[in-house]
Amino acid sequence: MASAVGAPARRLVTCSIDGRPVTVPEGTTIWEAARQLGIEIPVLCHDPRLRPVGVCRVCVVDVGERVLAAACVRGVADGMKVTTTSEGIERCRKTLTELLLSDYPRESRREATLGDDELLALARRYGIDREAIPLPRGDGRREDLSSPVIAVDHAACILCDRCIRACDEVQHNDVIGRTGKGYGARIAFDLDVPMGESTCVSCGECAAVCPTGALTHKSLGVAIHPRAELRAVDSVCPYCGVGCAVTYYVDLSKNAIAFADGRPSPGNDSRLCVKGRYGFDYAFHPQRLAKPLIRRGEYYPKGPLSGDVRGEGRGARGRKPGGVVDSEEVLPAFREASWDEALDLVARRFLEIRATHGPDALAGFGSAKCSNEEAYVFQKLLRAVFGTNNGDHCTRLCHASSVAALLETIGSGAVTNVYGDVRNADVVLVAGSNTTDNHPVAATFIKDAAARGTKLLVVDSRETGIARHAHHFLRIAPGSDVALYNAWMHVLIEEDLIDHEFVRERTEGFDALKEVARRYPPELAEGICGVPAGRIREVARIFGRARAALIFWGMGISQHTHGTDNARCLISLALLSGSVGRPGTGLHPLRGQNNVQGASDAGLIPMVYPDYQSVEDPAVQRQFEEAWGVALNPKRGLTVVEIMEGALRKTVRGMYILGENPFLSDPNINKVRKALASLDFLVVQDIFLTETAEFADVILPATSFFEKTGTYTNTDRRVQIGRQALEPPGDARLDWTIVCEIARRMGYRMEYRDAEEIFDELTSLAPSYAGLTYRSLEPYGKLWPCPDPETGDGIQILFDDAFPTPSGRAKFVPAEYQPAAELPDDEYPFVLNTGRLLEHWHTGTMTRRARALHAIQPSAFCEMNPEDLEHLGIEPGDLVTLRSRRGSITLRVQASPRTAPGAVFVPFHFREAAANALTNDRLDPYGKIPELKFCAVRVEKALADERLEHASGPS
Amino acid sequence: MRDWHPAVAAAEPSQKAERDPAAPLFGGVYRERFERILGRYPTKRAALLPVLHLAQEVRGWLAPETMTRVAELLDLTPAQVRAVASFYTMFNLKPVGSYLVQVCTNIACDLCGAGKVLERFLSETGTEPGAISADGRYTVVETECLGACGFATAVLINDRFYESVTPENVPALLAELP
Ligand code: SF4
Ligand code: SF4
Ligand code: FES
Ligand code: FES
Repeated sequence: MASAVGAPARRLVTCSIDGRPVTVPEGTTIWEAARQLGIEIPVLCHDPRLRPVGVCRVCVVDVGERVLAAACVRGVADGMKVTTTSEGIERCRKTLTELLLSDYPRESRREATLGDDELLALARRYGIDREAIPLPRGDGRREDLSSPVIAVDHAACILCDRCIRACDEVQHNDVIGRTGKGYGARIAFDLDVPMGESTCVSCGECAAVCPTGALTHKSLGVAIHPRAELRAVDSVCPYCGVGCAVTYYVDLSKNAIAFADGRPSPGNDSRLCVKGRYGFDYAFHPQRLAKPLIRRGEYYPKGPLSGDVRGEGRGARGRKPGGVVDSEEVLPAFREASWDEALDLVARRFLEIRATHGPDALAGFGSAKCSNEEAYVFQKLLRAVFGTNNGDHCTRLCHASSVAALLETIGSGAVTNVYGDVRNADVVLVAGSNTTDNHPVAATFIKDAAARGTKLLVVDSRETGIARHAHHFLRIAPGSDVALYNAWMHVLIEEDLIDHEFVRERTEGFDALKEVARRYPPELAEGICGVPAGRIREVARIFGRARAALIFWGMGISQHTHGTDNARCLISLALLSGSVGRPGTGLHPLRGQNNVQGASDAGLIPMVYPDYQSVEDPAVQRQFEEAWGVALNPKRGLTVVEIMEGALRKTVRGMYILGENPFLSDPNINKVRKALASLDFLVVQDIFLTETAEFADVILPATSFFEKTGTYTNTDRRVQIGRQALEPPGDARLDWTIVCEIARRMGYRMEYRDAEEIFDELTSLAPSYAGLTYRSLEPYGKLWPCPDPETGDGIQILFDDAFPTPSGRAKFVPAEYQPAAELPDDEYPFVLNTGRLLEHWHTGTMTRRARALHAIQPSAFCEMNPEDLEHLGIEPGDLVTLRSRRGSITLRVQASPRTAPGAVFVPFHFREAAANALTNDRLDPYGKIPELKFCAVRVEKALADERLEHASGPS
Repeated sequence: MRDWHPAVAAAEPSQKAERDPAAPLFGGVYRERFERILGRYPTKRAALLPVLHLAQEVRGWLAPETMTRVAELLDLTPAQVRAVASFYTMFNLKPVGSYLVQVCTNIACDLCGAGKVLERFLSETGTEPGAISADGRYTVVETECLGACGFATAVLINDRFYESVTPENVPALLAELP
């Protein structure tokens, strides 16, 4: 048997099971060994994904000892003779089943939904008639239906501990335990509170592993049926950059998804988070756009249509604010049109603008939620048909600075190692990443490693969920990262904890770094970061002494005017310690959107064609001109915030926005509002009437993730296929076909049979994707680059001997500490930090229409430190107004020590209290990323608005 | 003056009746005892039982906040603390009076009339089993064998044993509590 690289080979032992010999590594359980022979031993408490505990004894077998042994825990031994079935063994199993069944509820929720109740299956196997069991029954145990996604029936619980192990050891959420004893023994959530009030994060892992009707998925509007009665579609999750592999079970009669299962991909090992498991029903929300819409003449000049978008904070018709758009407020401004009319209008207007103002007066925003194929055809439309490089997407708002730093230092913007390799690291640094909320399943692997002894260092200004698992959590002052990491490097150099060989052989520019680091002793950093110098030294040493260190980072690093500098420091730290190119090491900026890596790879960036080939390189330009058969524009295009500024200044006049919602996602909304309103022509292609669509001349109804097939590239560079599961509603069309139609009507032939043909064109132009085909991406995708797609999984660890830079060496780029662009002062004394919540996605367009996610997090709030609230005389739950130099919002405040004194945290998903009304649109000079993580605000107690008050009560 | 078994006199007089549900975990002498307990075990987790006892000694019962605090102190999850605390009947998961009177009603004591002793305690304190008396002083409960079967009926009041208790000497016994 092949053993994993690096793992010492285990001794082999040979035993016989039911008379058949089998040779397996020492430590293999009897159950596993039997399974390899195709012998099935029944289990209840065991699940191969969980640590065996042997509590139910249903798996007992005869090993020739005085008593029977539990096959799920007992390891095989040389010469052991195992008998898996006999009259006596079956009698034991039958009796156990009877005992459990005697007090089992008449109706099992699992049998009634998925139909896979394992206890009832055993009862059938042993022909047990429940009613005939001559045992007393208890007086029942209660149900707990308080969670929006999981039903708990304590009466059906057989205390197998599967859910406890799933929650504690797979997802590391540590919510479930046991309580009581004897007949009163039950599973309990936290301190035995109702599940819906516990710290449960609704990942559903417990319901997925429960063998009985005790923990079951609730229906999200579509009844759950046995898997065999539904259509199974192997796909991926539409939300974050982890890109979990999922099977959706589709009720064809309703054209809707009933439930989802995780798949055993290397990326998620069947784990999912609440969004992936319970967040799919937005696709069949009644507000889906199903017809092209054209703005009516009387709604010009253009401006926002709904109260929330006008910034009034409440619906104009006196309805409660928030939630999803009130169609009645917006739809009257538009009339339905045929596809032909809408597309002709779009093509005509874009041609006119191009003729009068030149190609660079046009611009497009694609989306990191769309597939590689859609990103590819969209950037091709902009470049080959519009004639401009003004195409960008939300990567600009997340990791543009990280990518800028990575390209400049190591020559490649992608991750150098996969997150799963954290299992081989002995130290892991998580910097500025709220991993448990934003990359929940990747976080489970980090938590796994931390539980097994990998030292977890977490650095953040807010005490995020991952910090609870940290061995060392450093809470730094917002925006002080450069000072901290320079001080770490100071310590590493001073104490000679650096990898000299790596620095000598693989890098350049060390002297310059040394010079800068020298000026940052921990005592200096202490004054900037607010972390005692001693602590800085202690943690730097742990990092420096690591045999293999892996660095993860998120928006806390990148979304600053010095975001590129922050990333440069982390990269230098990795280079200094030789932490690139080996197992357990690497640089991993965690990508946010499901396809932010892919959309960037496919060239949806203003400076590069697919695969990061510069638009300013004449050789590259020639290659693409040849491939696309047109002359191309050699001038690099504008980035997201620059395009908005161009719109304000009227240098950008026509825009095509596909699947993005800049109104809520871009900094400084009041400016964005003006910019969008001043465009001569705006086309919005989306699945819902977004806030941005209120400014559109034409709205094109697109397909949701579930209605199309395409490839998506996750944060690990894993290219995976998302398969069509549903039919699109009404006249909604596949996004790539809409793009091709516009191209055709503008005089450029862009025709493809299907998404696969587009993928093939993309791979022919993007060397990193070379060789990948839809066929080779089955079943769990491939990491790019993938030299042998037929047999290999792709290259996990990049740059083991050279970097893709001209010299083959990585470059140290030192950075000096600079404060944020707008510091708190007397007038605006608090620091605003924006971010996401586990349950919501970006501008909420999808998640606020997913009933479970909405039920868990229905409304906007901000979070402040209890001490600050006390000083201000504000009670938790009060309404507060947050004011910055750019705007103000009113929302409820929650108290939590997780947010440091002096800071305010605001999730940016909520249209009724849009965090980006406050944020600063100042840009990082290299990555052009705005400073979404830092600006100065004032906090005032808001007078209770009657309508807002009303909104919180039942409506 | 009293004719209890001599063992009673030797027992540690830990009849401390003042329990402060809001007392810090752990301050003062309790801090020292806590540290000493931790020092006896290889891991923090292993100290859970004695630390729960100490917390109950300080606060009288194990409120949810108390269990959460103990979880923090020992790097455990609240669910794990609750699992242990709810398994052992000697941990009070509900508030109790200043004096917790536990009357053994297991077989030996029962044969010697423990039922009557229990009744007398209840009537003297004017409570129901498990409830707190109006003055906040008493909670009377039944308990399993206290290991003093030779001196039935056995009664435990807070940390102190009383043996050979009869219904008749219940009033005197209560009156003697500080
Ligand atoms: S849903 Fe997830 S977090 Fe909640 S109890 Fe189950 S396993 Fe734990
Ligand atoms: S972790 Fe990300 S990809 Fe996985 S289920 Fe959650 S949102 Fe989807
Ligand atoms: S399956 Fe082996 S003891 Fe439960
Ligand atoms: S039966 Fe009462 S002490 Fe043993």
